[in-house]
Amino acid sequence: MTTEETFVERVGRTRRSRYAKHVLLCLVGAVMMYPLAWLVSSSLKPNGLIFTDLSLWPAEWNPGNYADGWTALEHPFSVYLVNSFVIVVLSIIGNLVSCSLAAYGFARLRFTGRKLFFTLMLGTMMLPGHVLLVPQYIVFAKLGWLNTYYPLLVPNFLATNAFYIFLMVQFMRALPKELDDAARIDGCGPFRTFWKVIMPLCLPAFATTAIFTFISVWNEFFGPLLYLTDSELYTVPLALRQFIDSEGQSQWGQMFAMSFLSLAPVVGFFIAGQKYLVKGIATTGLK
Amino acid sequence: MSRPIDTPVLDRPAANGAPAGGPRRRRPARPPQDRAGYLFLLPWFIGMLFTVIPFFASLYLAFTDYNLLNPPTWIGLDNFAEMLRDPLLHQSLKVTFIYTFVSVPLSLAAALGVAMLLNRGVRGLPVYRAVFYLPSLLGGSVAIVLLWRYIFGLDGIVNAFLGWFGIDGPGWTTDPDYALTTLIVLHIWTFGSPMVIFLAGLRQIPGMYYEAAAIDGASRWRQFRSITLPLLSPIIFFNLIQSLISSFQTFTQGFVMSGGTGGPAGSTLFYNLYLYQQGFSQFHMGYASAMAWMLLVIIAAFTAINFLAAKYWVFYDN
Repeated sequence: MTTEETFVERVGRTRRSRYAKHVLLCLVGAVMMYPLAWLVSSSLKPNGLIFTDLSLWPAEWNPGNYADGWTALEHPFSVYLVNSFVIVVLSIIGNLVSCSLAAYGFARLRFTGRKLFFTLMLGTMMLPGHVLLVPQYIVFAKLGWLNTYYPLLVPNFLATNAFYIFLMVQFMRALPKELDDAARIDGCGPFRTFWKVIMPLCLPAFATTAIFTFISVWNEFFGPLLYLTDSELYTVPLALRQFIDSEGQSQWGQMFAMSFLSLAPVVGFFIAGQKYLVKGIATTGLK
Repeated sequence: MSRPIDTPVLDRPAANGAPAGGPRRRRPARPPQDRAGYLFLLPWFIGMLFTVIPFFASLYLAFTDYNLLNPPTWIGLDNFAEMLRDPLLHQSLKVTFIYTFVSVPLSLAAALGVAMLLNRGVRGLPVYRAVFYLPSLLGGSVAIVLLWRYIFGLDGIVNAFLGWFGIDGPGWTTDPDYALTTLIVLHIWTFGSPMVIFLAGLRQIPGMYYEAAAIDGASRWRQFRSITLPLLSPIIFFNLIQSLISSFQTFTQGFVMSGGTGGPAGSTLFYNLYLYQQGFSQFHMGYASAMAWMLLVIIAAFTAINFLAAKYWVFYDN
């Protein structure tokens, strides 16, 4: 009798606790999503209502914020979007090519000094970027690269992003060694083995790298701030910042409209590539 | 030789340095692949020049006075002596330390807490995970920091919310006492990325440990203390190191929140923001280099302390 009661009690408790868990999770989720929802809603409100009308559903719609915001800065917003897009695409290509080459070398080939170089590579992952900042700036200035995209792009073609190398090394190490042996017996050298055997199998790791690169380069603020002075070359984050420089006009609606446009691609890529992102950061954290 | 097939591709004329050419029969394993290895690493090697040379160059510049126009002049330890005196530098250290030591533990605690809630087969896990993870991808963007300025503004929604309870909120972003708090909240908002790592780690803990503990009558709390925490400790350690290193280097948040000044009254003057001002607004390149090295030493010291302390609380299963 008593056991039965406790059993019933226990079932009730777990069901109730499961319910409570969902309520708690939804509550936290709602709090976290609220700022984003407010941003979207404010981008559609007339300026006068943004800070007075607190409901997320605009009492009065003003989609004109998007059209006005598009032309509010020195150049149409399309200029900044295209600039950012070009930098992002080239960075993705650069990271994929250079990091996958290096990763294959580290993961699959045995050569003198491999351990040492690998340790060095891991070391650069920990190195705070600002230590290199001043000399790199001087070099780029001497090369006449200030106010160009080279300082932002060239490092990506030189496998300077150790995190992605590490990610790919982890992935390649998990592939069976027999693949390489089979390819070798069939007459493939390392380059063909890499190209025909390993590369196709690493597509998930490449997808992770591409998405991470997209998000970090799209959001990148410091590099463009440092190297780009001509407003025609500005990326989206630099352009957005100009909205607070011209704060006197207080065109909040336009600012939020363009902010939303700047976040939308990240959200889109996140939804499309969630699987790869979650797997990617989980593997780097675990091994 | 044992591997005639790859020889033509790998060791074409003069595979110098590769001892593979020798007739050493005793090691029939795989041949060294020096040439191919170095070719694959070629971009990386060139990239390393862009890392290693600046690394030592900035160490040299740290002991000089350099404004980009005139050649650097050696001034010994003057930059470091100046750092001891510079009140703005002390302010920036204070801001960075407060930010790091408040927001890192809080966001890791939030990440672990939510990961625990999500762990045991919650229905709708992918949706929850997406909702909690998304902010961590957006947190570093200018758009979100701008948004934060207005959410926490004098007439922002935070104060409107506090108003319902009759609380007269401060001008969060304009009051030196509160400006940093808003950025700490922003940091906690991005707890999603350590959370995903925690989730993956929790999944690796065998369920039988909990079953055994439950049979022995261990409470939920006891199971958490005696099973989850020890087995998760390497991952907590990893997250801790990562968060500390990145948090010491915060820049964008302070810059955008204050319009580049680090205000109000220096309350968002992060170390790297001050470094930027010194180096690239005032062109004190030598001083900026010295600051960068100081930050490197600070980060290295904290990482080392953590590794030493890890002996006492991080548990490795194998």
